[in-house]
Parts: sequence; structure tokens; C-alpha cells
Amino acid sequence: MRYLPLTPADRAEMLGVIGADTVDDLFVDVPAEARLSGPIEGLPAHASEMAVERHMSALAAKNLSAGTAPFFIGAGAYRHHVPASVDHLIQRGEFLTAYTPYQPEIAQGTLQVLFEFQTQVARLFGTDIANASMYDGSTACWEAILMASRITRKDRAVLSSGLHPHYAEVVRTMAKFTEDDIVSLRAQLVPQADDAAVIAAIDDKTSCVVVQYPDVMGRIPDLAAIADAAHAKGALLIAVVTEPVALGMIEAPGALGADIVVGEGQSIGVGLQFGGPYLGLFGCREKFVRQMPGRLCGQTVDAEGKRGFVLTLSTREQHIRREKATSNICTNSGLCALAFSIHLTLLGGEGLAQLAAVNHDKAQAMIERLAKVPGVKVLNDAYFNEATLVLPRDAREVVRELADRKVLGGVSLGRLFPEESDLHNGLLVTATETVTDEDIETFARELEGVLA
Amino acid sequence: MNAVNASGWRPQMGEAGEGAGFKTASGDYGLMLEEALSFELGSSEKCGVDLDKPSRPAAAGLSKFLRKSAPALPGLTEPETVRHYTRLSRQNYAIDLGPFPLGSCTMKHNPRLNEKMARLPGFADVHPLQPQKTVEGALEVIEQLADWLITLTGMASVAMSPKAGAHGELCGLLCIRAALDARGEKRDVVLVPESAHGTNPATAAFAGFKVQSIPATPEGRVDVEALKAKLGPNVAGVMITNPNTCGLFEPEMKAIGDAVHAAGGYVYCDGANFNAIVGKVRPGDLGVDAMHINLHKTFSTPHGGGGPGAGPVVLSEALAPFAPLPFVSRGEDGRVHLVEEENAGEGHAQAFGRMVAFHGQMGMFTRALTYILSHGADGLRQVAEDAVLNANYVLRSCEDLLPAPFAKSGPCMHEALFSDAGLAEGFSTLDIAKGLIDEGFHPMTVYFPLVVKGAMLVEPTETESKAGLDRFIGSLRSLAQRAKDGDQSLHSAPHFAPRRRLDETLAARKPVLVWQGTPGEPGTPSLSEIGGS
Repeated sequence: MRYLPLTPADRAEMLGVIGADTVDDLFVDVPAEARLSGPIEGLPAHASEMAVERHMSALAAKNLSAGTAPFFIGAGAYRHHVPASVDHLIQRGEFLTAYTPYQPEIAQGTLQVLFEFQTQVARLFGTDIANASMYDGSTACWEAILMASRITRKDRAVLSSGLHPHYAEVVRTMAKFTEDDIVSLRAQLVPQADDAAVIAAIDDKTSCVVVQYPDVMGRIPDLAAIADAAHAKGALLIAVVTEPVALGMIEAPGALGADIVVGEGQSIGVGLQFGGPYLGLFGCREKFVRQMPGRLCGQTVDAEGKRGFVLTLSTREQHIRREKATSNICTNSGLCALAFSIHLTLLGGEGLAQLAAVNHDKAQAMIERLAKVPGVKVLNDAYFNEATLVLPRDAREVVRELADRKVLGGVSLGRLFPEESDLHNGLLVTATETVTDEDIETFARELEGVLA
Repeated sequence: MNAVNASGWRPQMGEAGEGAGFKTASGDYGLMLEEALSFELGSSEKCGVDLDKPSRPAAAGLSKFLRKSAPALPGLTEPETVRHYTRLSRQNYAIDLGPFPLGSCTMKHNPRLNEKMARLPGFADVHPLQPQKTVEGALEVIEQLADWLITLTGMASVAMSPKAGAHGELCGLLCIRAALDARGEKRDVVLVPESAHGTNPATAAFAGFKVQSIPATPEGRVDVEALKAKLGPNVAGVMITNPNTCGLFEPEMKAIGDAVHAAGGYVYCDGANFNAIVGKVRPGDLGVDAMHINLHKTFSTPHGGGGPGAGPVVLSEALAPFAPLPFVSRGEDGRVHLVEEENAGEGHAQAFGRMVAFHGQMGMFTRALTYILSHGADGLRQVAEDAVLNANYVLRSCEDLLPAPFAKSGPCMHEALFSDAGLAEGFSTLDIAKGLIDEGFHPMTVYFPLVVKGAMLVEPTETESKAGLDRFIGSLRSLAQRAKDGDQSLHSAPHFAPRRRLDETLAARKPVLVWQGTPGEPGTPSLSEIGGS
């Protein structure tokens, strides 16, 4: 077995040192009736690299990968080009095979990366500080709501109807158990985000309002107006960013008054990976730092006065506080944070702005062309790299028929909002820098065919 | 590298020989390379990506949302970026460099085939919301891994979506909450042994339960009588780690389960230590109702400096109906389907809800399945046996010098637990841990579990060779002897790491969590700032 270094002679010698006759003597505490006498039946035995590779490659080949078809899917996970150096660097064994940096003297590489990552996220979000990452955007969103309850000592959260429905479902699931009060607004096929409804729903009991920016239909809410309304009632604004590339072009949520900004970092450096692992981003005002969930890396000095970094403020965390911790999160998304940080270092702020401009350019080209398809209407007044089309029939069928024609033509609102039949003709379409003019033309032509 | 310390003990590098106290102009010393922050190195004029130019201005609708200037993030070209991160990487210890014997963390070798398979475009470049018929292979990976996990644990089903161990704990406890709700019962207490990992009580509180602690026996096991005494109509369940955090199997597991079930509760098992028993015993045979499996431990998906992990939760018949969405299921037609909100009503109306935006840690699933297929049923059993053998070898090779509080009660499982009792006055576990760094090893888990004074929890894993273990044992014995002899130089260890002991109090008292420099004016860092002379 290629992964097991002990030889039969080693095992015999070691058993001698231990004073055991057989390895089974080491399992005496397992009740005899529960101990298995041999390998579990019905499962295959070990296999060579070649055999495993054959098996896995056959499974991979059954999928239509995004790079092999015109691809227009977004809705919380985005296909961007990831520079080759990103994937090379995250596979350095010193990053890949290290643990959480609990021994800072021999983990400065990981720690400095986290410090740089926190700085990047804070600057991107326009917040004072950021943490060292969460599991993904949806779990970060729920943790932000809990944090807002701790800060405001109120427990009613208002969710904008533009919040990704999977995020909203995570929030409602968790709130069932914590008995937090969640006000979910109803989504409608209208050209603008639901700012007015969000503002109208804020009252004195509201701990926070949760607003996605841009929202799940690609519309862009007026965060500044919502922040003012929230603050007037003693509530916090939580902004949710599922496409951080947008922040190369539109104003940072923190600069518009958001108190906590969370997001999904997948779109920078991480890749699609069928939904995970992704990267939860979490930034907030500095005064809330002790209510923040997740790991934090801080600057300090060593015994010789050299600058160094450590995990800090761990008195908020589960391994110290146990049942009084701010969150139960332990392992987070370190390697994805590294990928995000490398990609953003390659881009820089100016590069991110240009990447965003190219995305918006492609999206305009896509929308202009698709608007010419008979029966198709464009919903959005404003959009960044994704927008909603209104089709003459249920978009779920249209998406499936497009897939039959080898076009991955967006996400139907019916899949995202199965309960809301008013939305079922909506189709969310996305264009990033990876889309070509030919892709757009193919999409438009096949959509014409499907709708004909 | 001015490593003279207060004790007068002089480390043998850079100080003792010719050139002692020598300072380089660069602040670097041979292959010991310092590295500034990317913010200090980069500039707004640099970019490591060649991008197209947009062909048109922003749409009119977007104009009022535009930002006034680009984010204040300096860029670096590709060569500078590669160098920055490569230099930083060299300041990390890693499994690829040597043993990483962190107890309860299962830091084993990460096979590179796993990385290669996860990067096949058919897995890495598919979107979670693609039409199902375009992702049947991805769904099959999830189903095949689920099938292995169910079979290896002898359980009824598995919830695949939790993102890490603690998230899996939460999933298991929410299944218990949902099952109790379905029974119309309000039970609000969860019993947690005092030796439990901190996530257990944190998770129970997060899931809305009150936590009551159960003591350990002098032999390092759950006090079964104390546990039974606490059972009652308000107890939702217990959270037990097995093998436990003292490195011991809980021989009364089945009896505990029977008692909890008889009192109407459920048994949650923390599966962090599954590596010790995979292929040797099935938790399902011991009365477990829910157990998370850290794919980043037992099934060797890389830890990546703190994640991502993956924490699927195997479930008993009693809890299976409440597992969260989405999940995969093999239909009567033999095809694998995704069950999510749109179609859950048909057969899974009791699902307690959703824990994550998409389908869980697919990138970890491909790696774990690759690992499992490589090992097979026979290899996984050998994994557990070798892991336990290695731990017992360390235990018996050091117990004459370092007290092993539970060694008399029999063999340990996959980790050996020592205490710092008997060291010279003023010496403790911390000195041994930091001394191990100078010896070229990552320290073991220290001061955990809390039930042992100055605990040192050593988990070698099965991927250490005997020769490697002998070197580690030699170093550990040497350090134990030095600490018994009162060697003051240990107090200032490590001497040879990229940094000396770091001031954690300062970091917490005046938190500096982001770089404070001026945006767009990175400037040149001073040598003293980045650690030079």
C-alpha cells in the first residue's frame, strides 16, 4: 500500500516494544461483539493510482464542464479566469499541508497571508476590519445576523427579497432553532431592487436588514438610503456581496453605510467546483470586533522585536469560551483565502477595476443581443454582470432545452424560487470576461430556437 | 538572528562559530528569507494579469452606483507575486516537511493523486446550478462517497453538505432538534463530557441547547454512572467523542447509547477520531444516532493552513428523515438525482432545512473518494491499525520519562497522552512544545484535553515511518530530560524558527488586524519593520 510506510518487520518490532502479540491486542477496549474480524465485505480492495484515475476520470467525463460550452450561469457562483500562478502557489506543500497556525513561530507564512487577506477584504468592502474567513457566503450571512442581534440586543432581521434564496433558506433554517424572528420579503419581477419595501419593514424591534448588492436578480439596491433608514431605528445594515468582482466598479458597501459586509469570495481565485469549497468573507466596523465570529489574525512582535503575526482575540472562540463562544466555527477556508488573496494581489485595485469593466462590457453585449430574441424582455434598470430576462414561458424548461443544445444558458428563477410561480418566467443570465462574442451569438441563436 | 538569550545558552547557529553576531545588510540569512507585506511591495501601477480593454462605457443605469476610484489595493506582477508567496511559504512548517503530531487533528500525508483528480475540469469547472443532466458524474461522486461513509460506519444515511466538523456537529444536533419537534417534545439539555473538544459545547449552545457537563473517571473515560444520573425527560441527547480526547476507546459506548435511548434521547458521536477505528468497528453497531466525519482528517483532504474542511454527518434510521437539503439519492431508475427545495416534498418533507448555499464541499468529496478508492476496504483497516500501532509505540517509548496518566488502563488508540507532571520547577508543556520546534518538529496538541495537567496529545498517524517516529521519540525524550534537568534555554525556545516567541498579549490588547499604511503609497518598508537588523 503506497501510502503506508510501516513494513511487516517494523510492525513486528514495534509490537515487541509495546508488549503486544498482535495489533488486535491494541483494540481490546472495543467490545468483542462490535469488532470486525476482517475488511468490510462488499467493498473493493485497494487500487493503483492508474486504476483510481481511470475511475475518477470516467465520472468527470460525464459532466458538461463550463469551459466546453457557452456558459452564462451565475447566481452566487461565478466563472472567472484564474491565473495559472494561483493554483501553482496554493499547491506549495508548506501552504497545502499545514494546519491552522496555532504555533505562530513556524506558521508565519500562513499568518502573514491571513493578515494580508484581512486587509484586502476590508479595503474591498470598505469596512474597518475583516476576519480570516468563514465557510461560505451563506453561513457568513447567518453569522452576521447573529452578530447584529448581540450588538443591538434585538432579534428581528429583515431579509430583502433580493437576497439569494439559498442564503435566505439557510437563515430561516437556523433561525427556526435559535427562535430569531426573520421577516422575509416577497420577490417580484420588477426592474428595481426592493429598497422601499425593505425600508418600510424596519421598525424599533429590527436588529438588522440584510440586503444583497447587486441582488439575486442582478439589480442594484440603494444601500445608502437603506443604511440611513436602518440607523434611524437603531438597526444595522448587513450588505451581502455574492460577486466581489462587482466592487471593482460599484461603490464599496462600507462606504455607503453598511455596518457589516459579508460575501462569497469564490469568484476571485477559487473556481466553481460544483459549489464548494468556497470562501466566506466577513468585514465590519472596528468597534464590533469583539462580537465578530471566526478567526482573526493580528500583528505583534516577537521576543527580539521583529514584526510577526498571531491568531488573536481568541477569547471569542469556541476552544476558549466553549458554550459562551460567539460562534462554533473552527476550521474555516484558509486555502481558499490564500487563493483569493493571490488572485487579488495579481490584479491589484486597478486590475480589479478593469476586470469589472470587462465583465460589465460583456454583460452589456449579452443583454443587447438577447433583447433582440423574439419574446424576450430585459427586466433590470441597472446591472453589473448579470441580469434577469423575462421569457414567454417557464424558464426551467427553457434552461433544460438549452442544455440539450449544449448551451449552459443561465439559471431559471423557478429553480431558485420554486414557491413563487409569478417568477417562473424569469431567467438570470450572467456574462464574465470568459464569455466570447461567439458564445453570445450561439446563446442567442439557440434561445431563439428554443422559444420558436 | 541575534539569538543570545537571558540564560546564556548559546544556540549553535550563527552565534557560536566564526561570524557570531554578524548582521547582513539585507536582513536575510542565506535561505532564511524575510518578506515584507504585499502592501509594502506592490503599487497601484502594477498588475499580474493582462486584461482586455472594455469596448464601451458603463451602461447609463449603472452610473449612479459607480465608485469614484479603484479599490486601494496594490498589485504585483506575476514574478513578484510568485516570489512573495514562495518566500512566505518557507516560513511554514507542514506535513510535507516532517511529522505533524497534533492530537485530534489527524495530520497525515495528503496524496497528490487527490489533488490531480479534484482538478479534472469535469469536477473543478462545473457550476452548482447547472441542469442536473449535465452534472450526473458529479452527483455520482457524492453518491459513491456517501455510500462508502454509510458502509464504513454502519449507519442508515448521510448528510453530505456540512462544511467542516463543527458545522457537522451543528447538523447532527439540528437533526435531533427536528426529531424531537416531530415527536412534539421539548428537551433542551445536551450532556457533554468535560473532556470534549470546545466545539461540542459551543455547537450545542449555537443549536439552542443548554449544556451540562459530565465528569471523566480517573481512567480517562466518561463517567457512565454520572451520565445516567443526569438522564431524564429534559435531556435531548449526549455528545460523546469516541475514541475520546484522552486517546481512549469508550468501552461502555453501547451501554451509554442504550441508556440514552431508553430515556428518550439521542447519541451524537464526535467523529474527529474516526481514523483510529475505520474498518475496525462501525459506530452504527454501538448505538450512535449521528456522527460527523472530518474528511480533512480521516480521509486526508488537505488542511490548507486552516481549511477548507468537510463534515458529512452519518445518521441512524431515527434521524435520517430530518437530514438537510440538498442531497443526492439514487432513484429506482438507477440514476442519481439531486433533491432540493423544488422536489423535496415528494419524499423528504421532514428535512430540517438548508445549511449551505450549494451542495457542500465537492472539492473535498473528490479528494476523499480518491483516497478511499486508493486504500480500499483492506487499506482503510490497515490505516487504523498502523495509526494505533504508531501511537502506542510513542506511548511506550516515552512513558518512562513523561508521565502518561492513562497508560496503565491499557493501550491507547491513535493518540498518546502525556502530562508535564514531574518536570523541574518552572518547566511545563510549553517548553517542550517550543523545544520541539527547534528540533525540527511541529509540536503536539498542548493543554488539551483540559482534564489532564499540562496535557501533551501526540497523534503520529499511520503515514509516519518507524525511522521517522524514532527520530521524533529521540527528540521528545531529549526535551523531557532537559526539562527535568532544568535547562533554562528551553524557556526561550524556539531559537531557530523564523520568529522567536510572539507577544500574544500585545496582539490582543491593541489589535492590529489590517495594514494601516497609506493606500496607493506603499513606500519601502524599513528593515527593522520587516525583521531585518
